Amino acid sequence: MTVLLLALAGGLGAGLRFMIDGLVRARFRTALPVGTILINVSGSVLLGFVTGLGALHCLTPTVALILGTGLLGGYTTFSTASVETVRLIQSRRTTLALINALGTMAAGVLAAFAGAGLALLL
Amino acid sequence: MEQGKPSPADPGPDREHLPREIDVALTVPPQRPIHLHPGYVLLVMAGGCFGASARYGLELLLPAPYGWPVPTLIINVFGAFLLGVLLEGLVRRGPDTGRRRFLRLLVGTGFMGAFTTYSSLSVDAMHLFDAGRGLVAFLYLGASLLLGTGAAFVGIWAAARQYRQPPGHDVDPLGLSRGQQ
Repeated sequence: MTVLLLALAGGLGAGLRFMIDGLVRARFRTALPVGTILINVSGSVLLGFVTGLGALHCLTPTVALILGTGLLGGYTTFSTASVETVRLIQSRRTTLALINALGTMAAGVLAAFAGAGLALLL
Repeated sequence: MEQGKPSPADPGPDREHLPREIDVALTVPPQRPIHLHPGYVLLVMAGGCFGASARYGLELLLPAPYGWPVPTLIINVFGAFLLGVLLEGLVRRGPDTGRRRFLRLLVGTGFMGAFTTYSSLSVDAMHLFDAGRGLVAFLYLGASLLLGTGAAFVGIWAAARQYRQPPGHDVDPLGLSRGQQ
């Protein structure tokens, strides 16, 4: 049952990613893939938050697993981010490629800390 | 141009999650954009269900020695390689329509997108920093970045080699005559 819910949550996360990325793309026509960056950083905040709540026993491990590994795991993506970095390198936008790769990573880790800190505050 | 009507695989009883009213602050084009098309969204969701399950299964199977988040690293690097192969292969076969779009959304955006994850990467690194293992955290982040980008690069390169264009069209498929990496 847990696995089934995890799978459905993963599918829901992927669907949300597809729609949000599309909406961001339609609005900001930039070379930098802002949609994927926004998704990965926001997903990192949320997983930090869920992890923090789990550590405080505000969420059962099962719910944390379904939300974290399922929903947010399906929502955020590493493969697309990597391919987008390569595409930027290919089009000779090396600076943007570095910003995309390093910037997302730094922002993602800071976002995780922020989410976990927020859970502690509540 | 959207012509190919997908026959979305049924991902189960989660049809009610489709938003009914999304306010796009743009002049609405005559055709619904692809990311607001219920059929395509369902297709991505179906792939996502399987991708997330596969990741969960592999994370249970793969070892995590000394608290190193190796499973996530392996999954992410492997997924980046496969997505590179898939997207480059599809691009070289023709425009994003019909069966190609179906595969891109089901296998690429859906499965590979959900199979790999960024949130766990961030949170794993946070845990390592928090436990005073900053060096391991930096190694983990550096390895993810270099191996992930490298894997996507190799995947794209491998697929580009498969689909050679007519002579004179594309001598340097990656546009990297200087040969980085």
